[in-house]
Amino acid sequence: MAEPMGFYTDTTVCIGCKACEVACKEWNQLPATNGGLNTLSGDSYDNTRRLDGIHWRHVKFIEQFTEDRKDGRWLLMSDVCKHCVHAACLEVCPTNAIIRTEFDTVVIQSDTCNGCRDCIAACPFGVIDINPASGTAQKCTLCYDRLQGGMEPACSKACPTDSIQFGTIRELRDRANKRVQQLHDGGEKRAYLYGADEKMLGGLNSFYLLVDRPEVYGLPPDPKMPSRNLLSGSLYSIFGAILVGLIGIFSFRNRGLREHQEVRP
Amino acid sequence: MNGVPSSTYFTASPEWGWLIILYFFFGGLAGGCYFIAALIDLFGRPEDRPLARLGYYVAFPCVIISGILLTVDLTRPERFWHMLLEANTLRPMFKPWSPMSVGAWALLIFGLFSFVSFLGALVEGDRLSWRGGRLFRPPGILGRVIAVIGGLLGFYVAGYTGVLLAVTNRPIWSDTPLLGMLFVVSAASISAALMILLAHRYRWITPGVAALHRMDLWVIILEFLVLIAVVISLGPVAWAWLNAWGLLFFLGVIVLGMLIPLALYWRRDWLGDHNVTASAALVLVGGFILRVVIVLSSEAV
Repeated sequence: MAEPMGFYTDTTVCIGCKACEVACKEWNQLPATNGGLNTLSGDSYDNTRRLDGIHWRHVKFIEQFTEDRKDGRWLLMSDVCKHCVHAACLEVCPTNAIIRTEFDTVVIQSDTCNGCRDCIAACPFGVIDINPASGTAQKCTLCYDRLQGGMEPACSKACPTDSIQFGTIRELRDRANKRVQQLHDGGEKRAYLYGADEKMLGGLNSFYLLVDRPEVYGLPPDPKMPSRNLLSGSLYSIFGAILVGLIGIFSFRNRGLREHQEVRP
Repeated sequence: MNGVPSSTYFTASPEWGWLIILYFFFGGLAGGCYFIAALIDLFGRPEDRPLARLGYYVAFPCVIISGILLTVDLTRPERFWHMLLEANTLRPMFKPWSPMSVGAWALLIFGLFSFVSFLGALVEGDRLSWRGGRLFRPPGILGRVIAVIGGLLGFYVAGYTGVLLAVTNRPIWSDTPLLGMLFVVSAASISAALMILLAHRYRWITPGVAALHRMDLWVIILEFLVLIAVVISLGPVAWAWLNAWGLLFFLGVIVLGMLIPLALYWRRDWLGDHNVTASAALVLVGGFILRVVIVLSSEAV
């Protein structure tokens, strides 16, 4: 296996140009929204709205201004599949359509997926959705085809400020830690890494440098694996089945006993 | 968590809608009716055998409906078999830690058992002349084995759907481990209600039907307790039900589907001859609304 590869996204240098979105759409031949007719969301400069089957990159615009708008800041973040080391989508997929590649990334094989949508419900980040063109669940592949050809993913290649950086996870973590230190030294004490260590789902192979709480960026503070409920849910169900079984047996047996007692001389 | 009750609030909807709600309902009926029929076969009296046959008559068509609903709900229905065979290798596709994977196999095997029991019931009820069919019915060894294994599979089919919802990251569904238990108990309750309704339709006023009614009464009480446990286990996420879904949950599931049926059971003079059938019909309606609320209220978060 090749060394694990991924993205490190430094949100502090994102300028919201959406070059990543365009490059992703172009390379992956993803269809336009609404047949190409633009629709405005009314939410800042964000007309992409969310990650889904035809938007594998989504630049978020978070406006943090005082009411009189004299003071404030923009938070910009290019969101994407996190390629989790412990991937919830891969865990639940009942057809093995979702695989882990030799680059430690997570890819949905469109020719295998039957559109059950269990992965959509399982993803802690709301990344996956059905692509209406294929009728299958789709998301960022971390440009698996480009990686196999020795190229870097289209989005990071297109990013003009190096907000999105591609490389080996080891190297990216080193670089990200240095950047956090640099920001702290410069007075931006709020900077921290989201998903860069193993504590979060074994590590996110696409991790972020943020300067506010995760939920401000629409990221879950404490994402978990779906299987956390498997054992307890199954045991409670069995317990319920036993109780219902006992009620059933008692209801039918009890009647039998009573009738026996009634006919006894 | 700074105003967000759960990390599940950041996920996207799989858009499991009415087809899945109907599947949860018919799957519950299939599993529950088979289980009750098996229970009557194994612990009931000979005169209750028509009631057991009724359960098998209901279970098999409900399994067929379930399979159709699940297949149609796929966005690529022609690939339904990918659940059972790996698309590339054609090897059996089985993932024990994925409730959907195990559920697909359980539904298939339960379908076979319910078909066999359906045939046995047709033969025993003189609706099909095939001497070998008698072997599928108790008290013979084969008939007993079929009833026991089929009954257990029935319970699995009725309950795994709740576990499947819990093994996601969606709000409400994965914020409690009790949905599987709730669905198991509810399946028993709606199945007993349907069998009571059908028995009355055919004017079978036997002690077996009375036992079924008594069973339903206690199962509804159990379901009520499980529902309270579900709400408590949801913790702060339970506030998500402070909306129209919560109102539907209270009026449709608790009042209409539980409290009124229980009251009708205690006050038998209220509707006279219609007391039992009205109570059973309300339990069925409540069971359906329960599935509607559980599935759709998650979208409203």
